[in-house]
Amino acid sequence: MFRNQYDTDVTTWSPAGRLFQVEYAMEAVKQGSAAIGLRSKTHVVLACVNKANSELSSHQKKIFKVDDHIGVAIAGLTADGRVLSRFMRSECINYNYTFESPLPVGRLVVQLADKAQVCTQRSWKRPYGVGLLVAGLDESGAHLYYNCPSGNYFEYQAFAIGSRSQAAKTYLERRFGNFNGSSREDLIKDALIATRETLQGEKLKSSICTVAVVGVGEPFHILDQDTVQQLIDAFEIVSEEEVPSAESQPPSEEDAGAGQAPPADQGAGADQGAVADQGAAPMDI
Amino acid sequence: MATVAESERTLYPYVTGSSVVALKYKDGILMAADMGGSYGSTLRYKSIERLKPVGKHTLLGASGEISDFQEILRYLDELILYDNMWDDGNSLGPKEVHSYLTRVMYNRRNKFNPLWNSLVLGGVKNGQKYLGMVNMIGINFEDNHVATGLGNHLARPILRDEWNENLTFEEGVKLLEKCMRVLLYRDRSAVNKIQISKITEEDCTVFPPFSLKTYWDFSAFKNPTAAVDLI
Repeated sequence: MFRNQYDTDVTTWSPAGRLFQVEYAMEAVKQGSAAIGLRSKTHVVLACVNKANSELSSHQKKIFKVDDHIGVAIAGLTADGRVLSRFMRSECINYNYTFESPLPVGRLVVQLADKAQVCTQRSWKRPYGVGLLVAGLDESGAHLYYNCPSGNYFEYQAFAIGSRSQAAKTYLERRFGNFNGSSREDLIKDALIATRETLQGEKLKSSICTVAVVGVGEPFHILDQDTVQQLIDAFEIVSEEEVPSAESQPPSEEDAGAGQAPPADQGAGADQGAVADQGAAPMDI
Repeated sequence: MATVAESERTLYPYVTGSSVVALKYKDGILMAADMGGSYGSTLRYKSIERLKPVGKHTLLGASGEISDFQEILRYLDELILYDNMWDDGNSLGPKEVHSYLTRVMYNRRNKFNPLWNSLVLGGVKNGQKYLGMVNMIGINFEDNHVATGLGNHLARPILRDEWNENLTFEEGVKLLEKCMRVLLYRDRSAVNKIQISKITEEDCTVFPPFSLKTYWDFSAFKNPTAAVDLI
């Protein structure tokens, strides 16, 4: 994967049949800060970690509204992500102008993937260094897609990309079976908890994360800071109350059954909450 | 030497179809048109189908230049083909087709090269009935009953009085026949070979042509100039 003679050009195959430039582009996605998406039958939620470079600067925009029914979260080279968002907005507007109807998400995603593929087959271009989680609603239901720099795209029930996304993915893998029937509130809560997993003990605050929702009858919009903080407080308060009882019993990792999601979730959350409190950053005191 | 570009614009229509009349009924849309193609004042072609299904959800009726209608059918064929090729559970409904055609018609009008047609578009998708019209200058609208050409003046007043939301299929057909009969009596480019077509959520049918019964034994017809002699 590192430094070899076949990786100078995107149009050069390696003897093993790999395009290293494309793979390096996927590495760029892994270096970006985390972005998470989950969907139920009627809603899709996107959440991402917004880390500013320094205390003096503002954080980068990682979630973009593409149309009333589509939004995207990016990880990787944000400049590339911005350009692709502009392309997606333009496609949606053009379709709406011609057909007076929203562009089906699946079709937008394919157009995006085809655009990315072009960059893997021209010697004078480089692949886009950004992964996109596309969330949207159309006639055939709620959808969450992941678009790679390679030009591939996949549909997901839930997914996470960017740095330390594995922690979020592990959490989502345990819980995704219930997502289809989740309510909007539970879905957002799961998104926030998954986001917290990527923070590795750092306290989850609305100033470092962004959450966006799209659903049936609900156009895509980014939740404002206060709403997000209230939601965080709501489940963190419950998990703090659970701390004494959690310490007296072994925390249960798995759901006891399909309907047991909240108690198990709070049990796991309680451990995190306790650890986070003890390891709280100095300025929280 | 005339410039080549000039000769490619539409200047006037050659073979034209007369009115189309359509209405929403309980289960969907009913549309009627005669099968005539006039060449100026000659009623030259008597078997032209002016009502065509488009995709799964739409029915298109056209009046005006027949060759332009055939061109439009080719555009729509391609549109529906690409839509089907996605094979993704999404499909273009009547509203989308209407919007697309409006863009095409208006665009051509702006280039001073219109498609010389008035189109009626009807269909049902996901339980929603849709009926609209678009003409050669890009004017478009939706309504519960529409007509083109002389139908606007002769048929729509009848429909305004007698249309209601819950027409059964039989009632809808009777109402359309009433409109087509008036058109047959009064429109000189009408021909007595009518086609009716219906589209519902499930399917689209273009019925075989039939003729309307007419009555010519009014006493006024026997001596049409009777009033003149009194002067």
